[in-house]
Amino acid sequence: MRQPLPVVLVADLHFSDASPTASERRAVMAALSVSDAGPGAVIVDHPRVVRGGTRRRKQMRHLLLPALHALQREAGWISPGGLNFVGRTLGVPPAEAYGVATFYEMFRTEAPAHELSLRHVCVDPICALAGASRLAENLRSQGHAVHEGPCLGQCERAPAVFIQGRREPDRVPDDERGLDSLLVSVTAESLDAPSLLRHMIDPSSAADAASMEAYRARGGGSALEAALRLGPDEVISQISSSGLSGRGGAAFPTGIKWRAVADGDGPKHVVANIDESEPGTFKDRLLCERDPLAIIESITVAGLVVGATQGWIYIRGEYPLATQRLRHAIAQARAEGWLGDDAAGSGQPFDIDLRRGAGAYICGEETALFNSLEGFRGEPRNKPPFPTTHGLFGRPTVVNNPETLLNVNEILRIGPEAYRNVGTEGSPGTKLFCLSGHVGRPGLYETPFGTPLGELLSLAGGVQGNLQAILLGGAAGSFVGPDALELPLSLEDTRSAGTTLGSGPVMVFNESADMGSVIERLAKFFRDESCGQCVPCRVGTVRQHEIVAQIRRADAPTRSQRLLLDDIAGAMGDASICGLGHTAASAVLSGMRLGLLGTEQS
Amino acid sequence: MNPGNGIVDSHVAVSIDGREVTVPQGQTILAACTAAGVETPTICWAPNLTPVNVCRVCVVELEGSRTLVPACSRPAEDGMQISTDSERVRHSRRMVLEFLGSANDLSQADEIAEWSQHYGADARRYAAELAADADGEPEVALELVDDPVRIQDDLYIRAYDRCVLCYKCVEACGDDAQHTFAIAVAGRGFDARIRTEYDVELPESACVYCGNCVAVCPTGALQFRTEFDLRAVGEWRPDDQTVTRTVCSYCGVGCNLELHTQDERIVKVTSPEDHSVTSGHLCIKGRFGWQYVHAPAFEPPATDTPASESTEP
Ligand SMILES: Cc1cc2nc3c(=O)[nH]c(=O)nc-3n(C[C@H](O)[C@H](O)[C@H](O)COP(=O)(O)O)c2cc1C
Ligand code: SF4
Ligand code: SF4
Ligand code: SF4
Ligand code: FES
Repeated sequence: MRQPLPVVLVADLHFSDASPTASERRAVMAALSVSDAGPGAVIVDHPRVVRGGTRRRKQMRHLLLPALHALQREAGWISPGGLNFVGRTLGVPPAEAYGVATFYEMFRTEAPAHELSLRHVCVDPICALAGASRLAENLRSQGHAVHEGPCLGQCERAPAVFIQGRREPDRVPDDERGLDSLLVSVTAESLDAPSLLRHMIDPSSAADAASMEAYRARGGGSALEAALRLGPDEVISQISSSGLSGRGGAAFPTGIKWRAVADGDGPKHVVANIDESEPGTFKDRLLCERDPLAIIESITVAGLVVGATQGWIYIRGEYPLATQRLRHAIAQARAEGWLGDDAAGSGQPFDIDLRRGAGAYICGEETALFNSLEGFRGEPRNKPPFPTTHGLFGRPTVVNNPETLLNVNEILRIGPEAYRNVGTEGSPGTKLFCLSGHVGRPGLYETPFGTPLGELLSLAGGVQGNLQAILLGGAAGSFVGPDALELPLSLEDTRSAGTTLGSGPVMVFNESADMGSVIERLAKFFRDESCGQCVPCRVGTVRQHEIVAQIRRADAPTRSQRLLLDDIAGAMGDASICGLGHTAASAVLSGMRLGLLGTEQS
Repeated sequence: MNPGNGIVDSHVAVSIDGREVTVPQGQTILAACTAAGVETPTICWAPNLTPVNVCRVCVVELEGSRTLVPACSRPAEDGMQISTDSERVRHSRRMVLEFLGSANDLSQADEIAEWSQHYGADARRYAAELAADADGEPEVALELVDDPVRIQDDLYIRAYDRCVLCYKCVEACGDDAQHTFAIAVAGRGFDARIRTEYDVELPESACVYCGNCVAVCPTGALQFRTEFDLRAVGEWRPDDQTVTRTVCSYCGVGCNLELHTQDERIVKVTSPEDHSVTSGHLCIKGRFGWQYVHAPAFEPPATDTPASESTEP
């Protein structure tokens, strides 16, 4: 399938005289020739569905992000010479490449004053509670380069650090310390429901995460076999009748999505969205670290069912261990014959490539993800058209969260009827919940949909101290108070209670937490993570943060401040382009309603 | 797409504020609004550019849609029920205009100012909510789009404190017209700015000085030097200007030019957006190659020859 990199004609582009160092040149070439650099050239010619850049044809622009990663690691920044070299090689105008490089948290466009690897310290609410600023201070005093930033997806072992390597691989200290995160799969019996589900967190997976043989021995590969036996139409109808909905936050019915893409014309794509950056969420990281072959199997199932030829993993840049294990798993799947010109004996070609994000929450939004992967700024596209018709490279695309994909494996193993036996009528199956903050045992918990919130907290060792508030759904979710412990955690119950499960984060705050500072930080998160494309969100998130900061200083909002926040929320929710803007006010407003920002003064 | 009779109906009927209008298939809600005689504010949209739908000032309420939709880019579909003046629409339009007013210098964005007045946008209320402390210092600063004006050549200036990030200049420089790609959006969120790579000065960038970006800029963030210099001395008087249409004499393409003159001097050259040859876009020669018109009148060199014997008049 792989072709040599074609020569790109860049005659029309204007570059400065800056040239790359020999090591920058080597680093870029190495990055462009590694096996998962993807199909040599993606030839696309379609009506533009989004602004920006040269028409997406005959280009290798999708290699821009891997090339920038290579430059950053080698030189500690994206230098003008390095950028020119990448631009000439891939045919990308330097102004646009610069625009892309400046979009991401992990890329620097000014020469660093030092030769050090960079320690990213999370300062979002859970890590802040756990002493993130002290940790950052300590690291600085030890002479390390430190960058304080958003959630790193390690909330169960806060405070979190991620080391962006300079001429060394990226790493996470806690991975090396062998800290095993708590994974609890609640057997359905304990909740008085039939126990037909083989849980997503296979307890035996961790020890041999990377071995195909072990994966086979514990039943791996059976979903793929079932998919080939049943054929695409039957698989999709089983998914539909199982009632499976997406676990990435939007809860869209998976069967409808797959049907639409299966009905589209090729070439088509399948994308596993492992950008997981919602504060408080770390499930996808653990799934990939513990059972990477299951993820690869599930992507292959999706590809063969909808008739895609190319699968993609887009994983956030701050997940080095999960990345390494997934890469290893891809190699094993190729060796096993699951991937290749005759994928799993289906007669269809299918392969998977892995791309790393570079620090941008917005790239988890599906259309921003496509742009990022294609080598453009991670700005969401207007919908419609939807990914099912105009997705990656303008082609029909299935994009799913890995938890969703693993549920498909499960449905194929046990059948839709058995699957529906767990959970509620409106939300069949189980959900992974990421518990963090003031609970006895922070970690990942899998329980049937409908489990009451209080029961989930008990499973996690109960609340430490007196419960003040719980943030459900992360920064994009909303706060509930101690009176919500009876709330059944299902899509329909949370919806009618005016809250959301989102991707499953449950952040617990006891009475010692300074909720004003928590809410101010959430407002800051959106201000920092807005892509900046549309006015309601670009300016609205800034104005919202300023007013929240002001309220915090006064310890209480005034009526006119509350009304102004409502006005801002209305426009962000109604007129923004994407879900980030639509949800950017939700945590702030729910916190205000619960009085977490103080009692209103007139 | 049309099943059955084989006749393709190339028109769609939509309802705008209760009024049925019919527009050709593929046209936008904005076109339908115009057909219905409803005026719609736009900032990032232009007839000669691909819609980018980022400013969101044109949003309308579409029955059945959870959020408002951008009129400028959403294709009209048969049976759409659209409200352009509901409370939700007016609220979002007002907020977009207020947000821009609270962040940018809009003193030269006349159209935005008119719409702001129309929707009752009050950009001052954001600063008002950020109380001053006992010493009169604001406790929390209102962030503004702050950027020093860039004067790097004799042809045009860039004052990005006026830039509302409508992407029009990027589109015009890119594949909507010029295909030069000298500028792009860099940075993220509120810090996003229009930049050359590493913010190098314009003469060092890929810019070929076609001025197409200047022509589409709705806020005066990009401005011809002539206008900028006249404004600086309070002598920019649009009402005193006349516009003369002519054809560019540099090559045989036939680009129409509009010469804007004030006090019998050319102060700006544009091209009509609807001109079939240019769609409003020009090259450096048509846009800036007019200075010779104002070159000092030819004076004969002084010679020893007595004036009466000269062959010159
Ligand atoms: C700002 C924003 C960030 C998102 N981040 C993620 C993410 O990290 N992972 C994810 O699976 N979905 C994320 N989503 C949702 C995706 O757009 C998309 O709905 C999802 O990947 C579809 O997969 P699913 O149907 O399996 O849930 C995000 C959405 C928004 C608006
Ligand atoms: S809502 Fe925010 S993140 Fe989404 S497109 Fe608009 S500016 Fe970007
Ligand atoms: S003058 Fe022309 S080439 Fe230069 S930035 Fe503007 S549009 Fe691009
Ligand atoms: S400089 Fe002008 S045209 Fe360009 S984005 Fe800013 S306001 Fe729009
Ligand atoms: S004019 Fe429609 S979004 Fe700007």
